[in-house]
Amino acid sequence: MKQFARLLDRLVFTPSRNAKLRLIAEHFRQQPDPDRGYALAALTGQLDFKTAKPATIRALIEERSDPVLFRWSYDYVGDLAETVALMWPAKPGANRPPELSEVVERLAAARREEVADLVAGWLDALDATGRWAFLKLLTGGLRVGVSERLTKTALAELAPQTDVADIEEIWHGLEPPYEDLFAWLEGRADKPIIDARAAFRPMMLANPLEDGELASLDPAAYLAEWKWDGIRVQAAAGGQRPRLFSRTGEDISHSFPDLTDAMDFDAVLDGELLVVRDGEVAPFNDLQQRLGRKNVTGRLMAEYPAHLRVYDILFERDEDVRNLPFMERRKRLDQWYQRIQPTRIDLSPVIDFQSWEELAELRGDARARGIEGLMLKRVDSAYVSGRPKGPWFKWKREALTVDCVLMYAQRGHGKRSSFYSDYTFGCWREGEDGGEELVPVGKAYFGFTDEELRQLDKWVRDNTVERYGPVRAVAPGLVLEIAFDAVHRSKRHKSGVAMRFPRVHRIRWDKPAGEADRLRTLEGLLDD
Amino acid sequence: MITHGHADHARPGHRAVLATPETLAIMTARYGAGAGDRQQALSYGKPVTINGVRVTLKPAGHVLGSAQAVLEHAGERIVVSGDYKRRRDPTCAVFEPVPADVFITEATFGLPVFRHPDDREEVAKLLHSVSLFPERAHLVGAYALGKAQRLICLLREAGYERPIYIHGALQNLCDLYQAHGIDLGELRPATGKAKPELKGEIVMAPPSALADRWSRRLPDPVSVMASGWMRVRQRARQRGAELPLVISDHADWDELVQTLDDVGAPNVWVTHGSEEALVHHARTQGFDARALALIGRGDEDDETPSAQDPGAGQSA
Repeated sequence: MKQFARLLDRLVFTPSRNAKLRLIAEHFRQQPDPDRGYALAALTGQLDFKTAKPATIRALIEERSDPVLFRWSYDYVGDLAETVALMWPAKPGANRPPELSEVVERLAAARREEVADLVAGWLDALDATGRWAFLKLLTGGLRVGVSERLTKTALAELAPQTDVADIEEIWHGLEPPYEDLFAWLEGRADKPIIDARAAFRPMMLANPLEDGELASLDPAAYLAEWKWDGIRVQAAAGGQRPRLFSRTGEDISHSFPDLTDAMDFDAVLDGELLVVRDGEVAPFNDLQQRLGRKNVTGRLMAEYPAHLRVYDILFERDEDVRNLPFMERRKRLDQWYQRIQPTRIDLSPVIDFQSWEELAELRGDARARGIEGLMLKRVDSAYVSGRPKGPWFKWKREALTVDCVLMYAQRGHGKRSSFYSDYTFGCWREGEDGGEELVPVGKAYFGFTDEELRQLDKWVRDNTVERYGPVRAVAPGLVLEIAFDAVHRSKRHKSGVAMRFPRVHRIRWDKPAGEADRLRTLEGLLDD
Repeated sequence: MITHGHADHARPGHRAVLATPETLAIMTARYGAGAGDRQQALSYGKPVTINGVRVTLKPAGHVLGSAQAVLEHAGERIVVSGDYKRRRDPTCAVFEPVPADVFITEATFGLPVFRHPDDREEVAKLLHSVSLFPERAHLVGAYALGKAQRLICLLREAGYERPIYIHGALQNLCDLYQAHGIDLGELRPATGKAKPELKGEIVMAPPSALADRWSRRLPDPVSVMASGWMRVRQRARQRGAELPLVISDHADWDELVQTLDDVGAPNVWVTHGSEEALVHHARTQGFDARALALIGRGDEDDETPSAQDPGAGQSA
């Protein structure tokens, strides 16, 4: 537990992806089985302790501390788990600190009425960092800025010849503490054999189409499809239960029972998860209401019905068709669809076009139709994992732009920690007193070169009017042209709108702040 | 009477200053001619009588030369703690509890969430990180007076023998510590070194330099901060620490509470920090405790690096 606590403590402060990878990989190398396996399970969100509640922990600290001091401490720290971890009184003669595996295994086996004593005993034995990590683990949600995929990527570093895709492929057939997985990665055993239909097949991804790249491509060698504004999923059915995997191989079936119930077939398909009402694709915001939910109510499913629009087939029954050319797979998909006639699932149509000019014209209408853009796929492309250069391209619709005024700048992390590199910008509107005021409309931290970052950083330092920790408020004097994919209504933002994928498109050193756009202009671009 | 040399306690421009010889030396190093028109050195444990009040200075364990002031008059004794800590520090004399009628204590970390861990474990974290990231520099933010030298000593005790690179604002005080017989090992100026030279090295600087443009000369630095405030994660994150080390020169909650017992003064006045919580606790233990509100006190965070290093003073 001590080493795992140290790892979490370090991760929570580490902004850089590479540094996180190194920390996690080192932990997996150094720690024995089964502790590292449970660490892996914790980092990938596979552990769930239903018997321990925040109320249990609160009751324990209240028995052990002055209520006034507890209240002041909690006010100061602002997080229950951390307050308890820091305040917990040292107990002389406590037992040795538990190992992570001991915590996981005993909690899983404990009856509800035994939990409080177990927890108290471990809190006595652990140091403050250990208590913090233990309580985070217990109450769910480590929130140390590590995704499931990042953890698997670190795992792949244990074996030089292994790619994260190899791990993703078998992941869903494995169970904590993953001793067979570590044995294979360390060359002590063969690759674990799992039920093929529980497997996630690492996805094939597209590269963005660069300016001028079309000229070198032959239109006859590509098929085009619409790029739908949903999330990419892999639908695998035919095994014990149908599964939906996200692009990174996370099993998201539990959030979409309406769709998985309809997956009554034996195949692995690639497609777009959407909310569709009366044949119309709903905005991405609607789909967001369905993402990440553990419990889905009937009302939610009725209001935001899940739908799958398929564009590729990877397995038909147990036949692996990934090595067939895309054109062949597409024929198989069409035939499969005609034969099965599934509900809640339809085919993404192939777009007929002769020349790039014709396709460009179709792309021009994408925004009006609520479509994100186009996909180009080479007719002869096999389905391979990763993002190979050449066979698949995404050609997004033109971005929208608006001129905003820089309002706040925050210091970045890692290499950017001495630079004010995260920018909050606003548009003008009429204030309550009738005067003009700026209201924040978004935040961006890329889209500029290193040289421009240096200039922006200097401008921020020279025009600071107030400081709040790592944030500086600046005088309204610099206009940023912000490019973004879409804007939608948001109750969580003061301006009432939120941008999707905003980035700094150009720095308008020349433009007076008073001439930047008004909030009304942005509202005119709302898509829902 | 000045208890120790931190800028929130020792100000320039006094006409007469009474302090330990070490504190006077620190003030002179920092303020030159502004360190006081008339300086009176008083060593630990040597009493002097001023206007009928017997004054003695006793070690406070905070930084080199730090003292408690013991004031005796007409059979009554008041002890003013100044800033203090109770644990061992290789760079200064250990705190000596003096029984008193009135004890005036600091309370910087006067909440029970502040419990400083063993400083050797914190230093081990730093050394582990240095071995894990050999291509990066580790930039340690530590107060120029006291914390920096203590941390250097702790690193040496942990067996770290490589040169330690220091920001210009630390040079003066490191020299002063060495002149007082505290061995800091080999120190080198960090300024003027080419980036690749500092890969895998430990660089010390005042906390303000971490977010300053000064740090851009270092190879992909890991920002390390050594302070008692690092105990609370949200606070550590606000300060931009990538590797927070909980190392403090102030008493933590347990030390504050223990000191009230050790001194055993029936009257306790609490100042400089979270007065309310310590007052509350002291009352539950039977002390007659009250908060002593000091006017215009500063904070060690106010300390700005000196102007010796170009670019060092840009963010206070």
